Amino acid sequence: MPNRLMPAFPEPDTQPFWEGAKRSELRYQRCDTCQSIVFTPRAHCTACGSAKLSWHTSKGLGTIYTYSVVRQNRNPAFADLGAYAVAYVDVDEGFRMLTNIVGAADPTKDIKVGQRVQVEFEAQTSGAFPVPVFRPV
Amino acid sequence: MANQARNAAIVGIYEWPKRLDMDVSAIQIKARSIALALEDAGLSWQDVDGVYDANDGEGGGGLGLSAYLGIHPTVIDTTQVGGSSYEFQAAHAMRDIAAGKCRVAVLSYGSKSASQRVPIGTGGPRGAGGTWQENMENPYGTTLIANYAMAARRHMHEYGTTSEQLAEISVATRHHAMRNPQAVQAMKDLQFQNIRDITVQEVMESRMVADPLHLLECCMVSDGGGAIVIASADVARGAKQKPVWLIGGGEAIKYRTNDGDITTSAAAQSAPIAFGEAQVKPAEIDIAMIYDSFTITVAVMLEDLGFCKKGEVGGYISGGGLRYDRKGAVTLNTDGGGLSSNHPGMRGMFLLLESVRQLRGQSTSQVPGAKLAVAHGNGGLLGGTHAGGTIILAAD
Ligand SMILES: [Zn+2]
Repeated sequence: MPNRLMPAFPEPDTQPFWEGAKRSELRYQRCDTCQSIVFTPRAHCTACGSAKLSWHTSKGLGTIYTYSVVRQNRNPAFADLGAYAVAYVDVDEGFRMLTNIVGAADPTKDIKVGQRVQVEFEAQTSGAFPVPVFRPV
Repeated sequence: MANQARNAAIVGIYEWPKRLDMDVSAIQIKARSIALALEDAGLSWQDVDGVYDANDGEGGGGLGLSAYLGIHPTVIDTTQVGGSSYEFQAAHAMRDIAAGKCRVAVLSYGSKSASQRVPIGTGGPRGAGGTWQENMENPYGTTLIANYAMAARRHMHEYGTTSEQLAEISVATRHHAMRNPQAVQAMKDLQFQNIRDITVQEVMESRMVADPLHLLECCMVSDGGGAIVIASADVARGAKQKPVWLIGGGEAIKYRTNDGDITTSAAAQSAPIAFGEAQVKPAEIDIAMIYDSFTITVAVMLEDLGFCKKGEVGGYISGGGLRYDRKGAVTLNTDGGGLSSNHPGMRGMFLLLESVRQLRGQSTSQVPGAKLAVAHGNGGLLGGTHAGGTIILAAD
């Protein structure tokens, strides 16, 4: 299993997101006051400042906005991934998420901007939180 | 030009010559650079009444650095916005001097990134986790370079920009570096291979660090530093050097948003403010000193500063016009830039230093009769959270 860096708690903004990941749920917030999508998670709406936010679960489908294949990272937690793809994925519910693209035979050739992707939750040896990553569909 | 304010000028500069220096601390680089920049201006230690500090080099900000220097300023500014800190600080010094809050301001930088082997571009994530941001980023292994690479990828996707076009930025800055003895020595000290002019093909053949950015599209990691003395008009008129006037300043920030465009940087907001204050147009600029952390940084900012339209930078730079001795594009980074002269982590200082050398007629790649320069610093992560500071400088 991969050995990625884990989120660390207590940290009240993102803890519900990561607790969701344990249940294979990709969670995001919407403002009850102005209906704006809020991501990454926090305790106020970035559009209107309201503290009335509710949590929702995404269907986990999205489109690659951009990506890069990282060939060199001196942090040992990523050594066993080889060349790996980091990406921003525009998730269909309206939020853009930093993530990794997995499952490409050759990430330098098989990943494209605009490609459709589906979330999956990758278990880690490094801790209790599965990491939401995306795979081309 | 008639209504252009000329309230503050750079009157003294010093750039630390060594890029690998085992014998000094970062704060010693700062203090010694300040002393030599004051000497350049013909001013004294006790003339300083404004200290601007980026909280770098174990200085402890405006407070700690003032205590180390042994002075009692009346303006203490600790603006830290990464590599653009010095453009922000210069803008603040313009404002503070115009308001009469101080008359002689010092900005300084000192860094030991090379001798301490700091992995600036490929070391991420650096934080231990546990903040709202780290918890959403650390698990994904996004290096600093990868953020810039993702901006480059999107720029290529939207506008058809190519790696060959971006490589022109590396080629032009290396040409300037080869004319700058300090840059040549830097490349020797930092054990560069092939210390000579490079070609587009060589950039393309250098190894990929983070797609689509090749090694020769990435800045070096060096030691270094320097200092700048900014003075009021009355002090500047009596200084040893011809003043280089600060005629416009703009600052802005940008961060990733759910529907945001990462091919546009904070410069798109800071530049119109600076050019508006200066009452000049990009077409009038002789020298563009743009933070070349990576080729894509320069490409995006040439567009955002107004040298060409958004999406058209590939064509704008592809003829090799960025060189000081060629036409077709603005002259770029005549000291050799972060790509080939020095990059200790926050390059904004050097953008101002080389602008001043050009406007004094002292650059090693001098543009004859240069009258106007723009220095644009970028701090943080292009494609992510970053700050942009634009300063317009004019010869006396
Ligand atoms: Zn709201």
